[in-house]
Amino acid sequence: MAAKVLHAIYNDDDLVLQAVKQIKEKNYHILEVFSPFPIHGLDKAMGLAPTRLAITSFLYGLTGLTVAILMMNFMMIEDWPQNIGGKPSFTFYDNMPTFIPIMFELTVFFGAHLMVITFYMRSKIWPFKEAENPDVRTTDDHFLIEVEVANHSEEALVKFLNETGASEVKLID
Amino acid sequence: MYKLSGKVKLISIILIVIGALGIGYGFLTAPSTLDEAKEILAAEHSGHGGSHEAESSHSKEAEGHHSEMNAEGHSAHGEQAAETHHSEEAHGEDHHSEHVLHQLQTKPWAATFVAGFFFLMIALGVLAFYAIQYVAQVGWSPVLFRVMEGITSYVLPGSIIVLLIVLFAGEHFYPWQNHELVAEDKILQGKSGYLNFPFFVIRAIIYVIGWNLYRYFAVRNSRALATASNYGPYKKNFKYSVFFLLFFILTESMMAWDWFMSMTPHWYSTLFAWYIFATMIVSALTVIAITTIILKKAGYLPFVNDSHLHDVAKFMFGFSVFWTYLWFGQFMLIWYANIPEEVTYFTIRIQEYNLLFFGMLVINFVFPILILMNSDFKRIPWFVIIAGCFILVGHYIDVYLLVMPSTVGLHWSFGVTEIAAVLFFLGLFMLVVGSGLGKAPLKIKNNPFLKESENYHY
Repeated sequence: MAAKVLHAIYNDDDLVLQAVKQIKEKNYHILEVFSPFPIHGLDKAMGLAPTRLAITSFLYGLTGLTVAILMMNFMMIEDWPQNIGGKPSFTFYDNMPTFIPIMFELTVFFGAHLMVITFYMRSKIWPFKEAENPDVRTTDDHFLIEVEVANHSEEALVKFLNETGASEVKLID
Repeated sequence: MYKLSGKVKLISIILIVIGALGIGYGFLTAPSTLDEAKEILAAEHSGHGGSHEAESSHSKEAEGHHSEMNAEGHSAHGEQAAETHHSEEAHGEDHHSEHVLHQLQTKPWAATFVAGFFFLMIALGVLAFYAIQYVAQVGWSPVLFRVMEGITSYVLPGSIIVLLIVLFAGEHFYPWQNHELVAEDKILQGKSGYLNFPFFVIRAIIYVIGWNLYRYFAVRNSRALATASNYGPYKKNFKYSVFFLLFFILTESMMAWDWFMSMTPHWYSTLFAWYIFATMIVSALTVIAITTIILKKAGYLPFVNDSHLHDVAKFMFGFSVFWTYLWFGQFMLIWYANIPEEVTYFTIRIQEYNLLFFGMLVINFVFPILILMNSDFKRIPWFVIIAGCFILVGHYIDVYLLVMPSTVGLHWSFGVTEIAAVLFFLGLFMLVVGSGLGKAPLKIKNNPFLKESENYHY
């Protein structure tokens, strides 16, 4: 059974924000909102859970730091401790200031890149991915709210969406 | 309108009195003759117990003493002693105890200076931050302007006290003021065009007058704005702030060279002045945050919300990292190149102040970064207060480590005088800032960014 959905199109981001709140109030189910640019406060209005991307980044950063420490400890201290310009290569601690720039950069490198890759994976974006845009105008100047009809009355829902300021309401089977 | 409560006033006056007594005790118990100094040293050695044997402690002292570039009167006294004694051994010993005597006499001066400068630098950092807010036309912070103005009221008394200490400390702090020493020292002679007493005094007075003038006019305009019918006072403050920031970056750098770097006149570092500025601004933001939290809790700042706190805490976090960056930038470059004339500065700090030197790094970097990393924690007053306490203690140690190794060398301790000096200036700070906050309503009026600031939400 293909679920019926309605596409309500709006011309203004303020209207979208207001409409989302109204639709939520009536307990209709919003599947997705498409917008050409970020609308401040939309995630809160839709009740989306906050992102945990920052936490993953912190953990990736720690991973990078660990990699840097283990790598340099093995190469410079354990494997072949040479006297290079009189730098004390007896223990990691002795020679630590030389390692700090690399430790810092690898922390940032891991934190940044792995977080970006996580973002791509979680939002399912990759090259040659087929665009999932329901209406081309939503990348330019229109906003679209996708509402599930479910077991509500279709006419009442269309009427309600028009009242929230939608310029067009389309039924998609 | 805030009014300094009688309880706070009483506490701060008690702190001032206790502090003053303690500082007086420090100056009175400082040894005035060689014999007294030797007695104190003997007591210290026996007091150290098993961990520090007198023998090893002595040899360490001798070593540190020679590696230290700031051996005040080192060669001059040495020469005199050699003339009178004609004996190498006697010369070494006598010269050593004279050096020790000098350092012990310097201790109460240094303790007072560390605490005095610590509180001055908080007020001064707030003043610089306040000017930055005007120049950058910041939209979030105007609701905190009165808090900042209140804290900067300490600039006047604080700068005068520090100025007096710096001018009267003389050879206690600044070996280049010893004419005999300069006469024998090519390096100091080469620097005497800058490091000479009259010019030093003139410079110090210019800094203090400049800072206080800006503070006076900025606060006056800010108060005039409340009753003004146009934005005249605001525009004036914008202009004054631009020129003050230019003046400040120059005078702050020169102040750092004059008051701190010239304690070790053979040593120099290019980013030293910015390093001191970083210490200054991070402590200043911490005090803004703590004062705001206290006033808000007492119900004086209903228009300040947790987004404002979040922003101040972000600055505390950011500048803590910035401070660490400069600390490491200075340390690593000198450690890496290991040029003897530069590295002495860190040698004494690592050998004799090891725990403080590296402990400070943990307190000033690791704790703030872990406590203030989370966005939610930055909105919780108690988290900010805890992080703030770490930062303030850490930066007190930072100033301590700028001054003590260069002035008292190995004979440092954290005793009555040091604590008393902190209490004295804390009491003074509370009293002055408290009455400064009470001079005008805590809510500004007519600032063009006030509305934005009140509705600020992050």
